[in-house]
Amino acid sequence: MQENDIKFLEDSFKKYYFEHFDLIHVPNRTSEREFGFQKFNSGMTRHISIKDDKELHLLLMKNIPSDVYCSNACYSFPDLPMSEKDWKEADLIFDIDAKDLNLECRKNHTISKCNECNEISTNAINCSKCNSIKLEKKSLPCKNCIDASKNEVSKLSKILTEDLDVQQNDIHVYFSGNEGFHVYVYNSQFQQLGSRERSELTDYIMFNGAIPETFGMKKFKPNRSLFPDFEEKGWRGRFSKEVYGSKSKRSKIISELITNGYSSFQKTLEDISGKIGAKIDPNVTMDIHRIFRLPGSLNSKSGLTKIFCNDFTKFDPYTEASFLSENSIEVTANCPVEFKLKNRKFGPYFNEKVSIPTYTAVYMICKKLATIS
Amino acid sequence: MLALGQDEIAKYPFLADAGQYLKDKGFTLEQFGTDPDLKSLVEKAFNRIEVAADGKIYHSDLIGDQASNQAALPREVFSFLLAIVLLKLSGMTTLIKRFALAEARRAEKYLEKDLANISDESKKQFAIRVIDDLFAVQIKKQDDFFVIPISDYLRHSINFHEREWKLINRHVEKGLVFLTPHETVRLIRKELGTYISSKIINAKTPPMISGFEEPVNKLISMSKKFATFTVTTGEYPPCIKHAIEILEKGENLPHSGRFMLATFLLSKGQSVEEIAPLFKNAPDYNERITLYQLNHLAGTSGSGTHYSCPSCEKLKTQNLCFAIPECDNIISPIQFGKKRF
Repeated sequence: MQENDIKFLEDSFKKYYFEHFDLIHVPNRTSEREFGFQKFNSGMTRHISIKDDKELHLLLMKNIPSDVYCSNACYSFPDLPMSEKDWKEADLIFDIDAKDLNLECRKNHTISKCNECNEISTNAINCSKCNSIKLEKKSLPCKNCIDASKNEVSKLSKILTEDLDVQQNDIHVYFSGNEGFHVYVYNSQFQQLGSRERSELTDYIMFNGAIPETFGMKKFKPNRSLFPDFEEKGWRGRFSKEVYGSKSKRSKIISELITNGYSSFQKTLEDISGKIGAKIDPNVTMDIHRIFRLPGSLNSKSGLTKIFCNDFTKFDPYTEASFLSENSIEVTANCPVEFKLKNRKFGPYFNEKVSIPTYTAVYMICKKLATIS
Repeated sequence: MLALGQDEIAKYPFLADAGQYLKDKGFTLEQFGTDPDLKSLVEKAFNRIEVAADGKIYHSDLIGDQASNQAALPREVFSFLLAIVLLKLSGMTTLIKRFALAEARRAEKYLEKDLANISDESKKQFAIRVIDDLFAVQIKKQDDFFVIPISDYLRHSINFHEREWKLINRHVEKGLVFLTPHETVRLIRKELGTYISSKIINAKTPPMISGFEEPVNKLISMSKKFATFTVTTGEYPPCIKHAIEILEKGENLPHSGRFMLATFLLSKGQSVEEIAPLFKNAPDYNERITLYQLNHLAGTSGSGTHYSCPSCEKLKTQNLCFAIPECDNIISPIQFGKKRF
């Protein structure tokens, strides 16, 4: 990124941090958490310990970070190297990202930037100018992306409360600041679980690794009475609703399943896993030493805020997570896709000079689709 | 410490304090080596180890869970305690492990029976207490099942590789996992084995006792047949081949895939400089960052931690596993192509 772009982003971020201390707080058990941050065009600084909001705000003002992180884990010594921190426990966290949902709409709003010649196009496979395959993909998520991500959050939340006995008020949902949601679970029986155990939990939540026997199907002499009932709880119940469709079709569908045989049943399980499992990023949930984006901080992939969703169903990130100034600024924009921020439409721009609000300029510069004129 | 009845010591002899038991019964170890009436117990102990080494479970004189006669109970306990003495004198760890596992499976049978006991509530309560005291697993009876918190279940089930033990294949409701008595006990098998073997390993080794030399020597030569050696074909497993293909095509390999590939090759003895060029085609390739990350994984920079290749289980979760029949139940890509003789 060019120097004047960085300067512009740093100025905008600094202003945000200065004016919005009210949105940025340290989490509970502050002194047991590890903090970290990144600056524009620079590496990660981590293994930092912070004692309160004041110290955090000071760090933000002094460093003007592009991204700020905090561990979901608690340690005895958060500022020592990883092997000496003495891990105690970690909140259960989930990342749901629109880019992992294989949505149809993606191709309409994904832009490729060639790493060789910087050409920008909507061509997904190779550069339309130099044919290189080294493309950096930038997506400007649309309403459909957000709605689909929300749907995954709802699925996750249901599994958490019904099967895993998590209390609804212990589930906190945040917009990630780019194209998805971060979900935190507090006070659960899973706080002290290690990475391997959490990996099993992710398989459970994603509906991975199910075997036909669990749903009553056997290799030899299958028995109708072992198949799940429509009303059952947990995965057997969800399976019934997805596969039978309705109570009255249960008997007919079971006959079909038995006729089609064991391996076809296994295939059915794999096919429905995408529909009934919650599409979380397993790596995030398994990682018990992660530093995760701090709520209230800005996401340097977009300039939007990672913000708590008060009313999740109505939440619209592109109006509620944009806090940067309205002041107009002139940029050279190269963004062949239209997008919406704060209920205003922008673009498409074809390598042209435009005057736009700061929040939009930051959004495009963060995605490397514009530069300060 | 649990209060043990005669019956319970016979079923779960590892719960007893060995030295104290002998003292209470008025015996010394030396007597077993010399007294012709007691010598048969040393043979019984040897036999108990021999059966275990064969991978079988020792058949006791207990019928059902009652002793066939009063004298059988102490014989059960003595043969267990003497087996430990023989193992300690032989010093053969492979035998200790096999013995502990077989004894665990023997105890498992009794625990299961006690848990499922409907007529004698005290037996059931004793089994529940053994499981809680030894393994901190709190189980509760609910209808025909035993229920345990998911978190406790996971701590134990991750040691199993069979798919039926995956949480997804379990009856889960309101934070609890539902298990049959058999499954409840099976869940702690490994820990039971570890508990018994650590008790044996931590027991003091007595000086050689006259009359014990012969069985001890037999144990030493018995343990030799368990020595194995391995050969490797050198072929890469399908997950690694797939990752290399993706990179060769210039497509994006996710971070987890790069981690797998790099740690795999490092563990096969390749150097950072040999591995780095593989990533050249990645869309976001940056030589400096690649070298930094590889050195970090190898433990030559940063905290010095040497990262190891993820398990097959983890790779499955990350959608990086492309298992073929030749994978044959390995649990890590590193084991691919290794054959034991």
